[in-house]
Amino acid sequence: MLIDAINGIIRTITRGSRAYKLWVGVLLVLAAIGISFVVKQASEGLIVTNMRNQVSWGWYIANFTFLVGVAAAAVVLVIPYYVYKYKPIGNIVLIGEIMAVAAVSMCLMFILLDMGSPERFWHLIPGLGIFNFPQSILTWDVVVLNLYLFLNLFLVVYALAKIYAGKSYKTGFIWPFIVFSIPAAISIHTVTAFLYAGLPSRPFWNAAILAPRFIASAFSSGPALMLIIFQIIRKRTKLEITDESLFKVGELITWAMAFNLFFLIAELYKEIYSATDHIASLDYLYYGLQGHDRLVPWIWTAVIFNSIAFLILLIPTLRKSFIPLNVACVLIFIGVYIEKGIGLVFPGFIPGTLGEIYEYFPNSLELWISVGVWSIGFLIFTLFAKVAIAIKTGEIGHANPAEEH
Amino acid sequence: MSEDIKGKNKGSLTRRKFLAGLTAGAAALALPAGNADAYMVEEYFRQHFKRLSKDDLKDILKKMEDELSFKYGKKITVKATPPMDDVVFGYALDLSRCIGCRRCIYACVKENNLSRNPQIHWIKVLEFEKENKKWQSLEHSNRYYNPETVPEEGRYYVPVQCQQCKNPPCVKVCPVRATWKEPDGIIVVDYNWCIGCRFCMAACPYGARNFNWGRPSVPKEEINPNMHYLGNRPQYKGTVGKCTFCIQRSRAGRYTACVEICPVGARKFGNLLDPKSEIRYILEHLKVFRLKESLNTNPKFFYFFSLGRPVKR
Repeated sequence: MLIDAINGIIRTITRGSRAYKLWVGVLLVLAAIGISFVVKQASEGLIVTNMRNQVSWGWYIANFTFLVGVAAAAVVLVIPYYVYKYKPIGNIVLIGEIMAVAAVSMCLMFILLDMGSPERFWHLIPGLGIFNFPQSILTWDVVVLNLYLFLNLFLVVYALAKIYAGKSYKTGFIWPFIVFSIPAAISIHTVTAFLYAGLPSRPFWNAAILAPRFIASAFSSGPALMLIIFQIIRKRTKLEITDESLFKVGELITWAMAFNLFFLIAELYKEIYSATDHIASLDYLYYGLQGHDRLVPWIWTAVIFNSIAFLILLIPTLRKSFIPLNVACVLIFIGVYIEKGIGLVFPGFIPGTLGEIYEYFPNSLELWISVGVWSIGFLIFTLFAKVAIAIKTGEIGHANPAEEH
Repeated sequence: MSEDIKGKNKGSLTRRKFLAGLTAGAAALALPAGNADAYMVEEYFRQHFKRLSKDDLKDILKKMEDELSFKYGKKITVKATPPMDDVVFGYALDLSRCIGCRRCIYACVKENNLSRNPQIHWIKVLEFEKENKKWQSLEHSNRYYNPETVPEEGRYYVPVQCQQCKNPPCVKVCPVRATWKEPDGIIVVDYNWCIGCRFCMAACPYGARNFNWGRPSVPKEEINPNMHYLGNRPQYKGTVGKCTFCIQRSRAGRYTACVEICPVGARKFGNLLDPKSEIRYILEHLKVFRLKESLNTNPKFFYFFSLGRPVKR
């Protein structure tokens, strides 16, 4: 049985259409290019990046922050499906959880890449090393991210194993884990926001609105990515995903983006109307500071993209038509990627604590390494999802097609 | 927090033995390659400074001295002098006297074996224009001033280094407790324990923490051979370093390098617990202030103006 399963899995991931093989091949090449730059960084140090003492976190931490949001967003699908028994979304919950696994894996890769001495990771292992819990909020992030990764892995593998064996998996046994995945998802992005929000040295981050904004932006960008992926899956595989469930996801995105924009306005109002010295980073981001304005075009792109997407989604007829819906999803994905990455991490350090303006922007090495990580992430997702769909559609295993999971 | 780690010490005996076993095993494997490799293996498995027993520490210091003496071609001593009883160090800087000459920066680089290429400075001197009334708005400062001579007319200078906070935000955030406050008030880093996550750099409000982005390098002929484990021994790539009030000097009863070099006597240093110390005299008789007091970091680094104000007797 187990050997059968392993054979089935290997067969599934090694066989596929031309497009599938091309996609996997491209991802492997990009990953290899990324890894070659990782080797350079490992031998020469982080000096090969554009980060410096003035801006001590950059593109890697920006990607990490964005991807924690994507990972957290899997829960958007879990809530209506499991808690409200909203059936049509059922077929895609598994795919969402697989996306969470891939996204958290990418988060962990970006963290390792950002560490100056990653080979000393054992210093973090409780007992062997010293785990500064609960004092350091970073240790909280280590706990919740790993917990979330294993929780999602467990839920997916458990469900797939049951379907493979042709059994029903909706038992009382996993119910607590499913319910727990909801606060776990909220917690990974909240704790990540707290990393920043707890630093009075950086007024740009030291705001109570940060965690709510993180959740709102994650719950719009994550599902936006999923909506597009679901349409690809539906077209290229036998997995059935109804229009109705996709439009439901679109509705969730609309709500999340409404909150995201509202929180942004609340933040802008507080800073601009009170106009203290603490506005410097915000000034730098939106208008430029003392002639330095590298990030200005980026952030306005994000604001405009998010606003246009919101207006599209607000109109039900547009939201329920695939072309405008997809346009909105692409705009939101790009908009939030800029907002959470470039627009959050970099300006927190500009101006620096001693007032210095160092205009950080990632160099080509950082970009190639990040392309490598994204490629590995997509690879994890593609292979995992392909196996899951094969099991779900009965290509391998003994799935009972009459049973709706 | 220190009690915390000491408490864990009791249970760590077996762990230490386990690690020692691992080290020995790995060292045995590496034996044919020679001593330097064995040292690297030992260094990799070395425990946190506060978890080292007296014997372990003695052994490590000896090995480190041999290693560094060989590398730099001269006799090097590495001490781990503990804090003195009834001593908490404090620092005061006279802004009315500082002329912005930056001699302190380079004396610090030399004393503390800071990397010359890439250049690392633990002290920064900010230049302000006197006309700008909002001087605490630091965006109006300039670190890269470069006139023929200093001080320039209409300018004043504010040197900044680690403020040795009583309530240090950098210590709180470290995920592995690689940085902590010693009983004499000095914030130190275990360079062998730091994982290079740089959370402390984000948390420090004074830009006092410096990351070794590349491999640090100090020319052989310029190495300062009197080293402290928690102070001026050479840094590693991918770890954080900072001002330690020249721990190798101050714990031996000497002034820091920046105090000694200052040509105008703007820098004052001493024991905050000694009522007869110069630093206490300044705190009691002059108006002093600290940077970013609203953040409640409670620095032990004070700024004052001695000129243009009558000294109260």
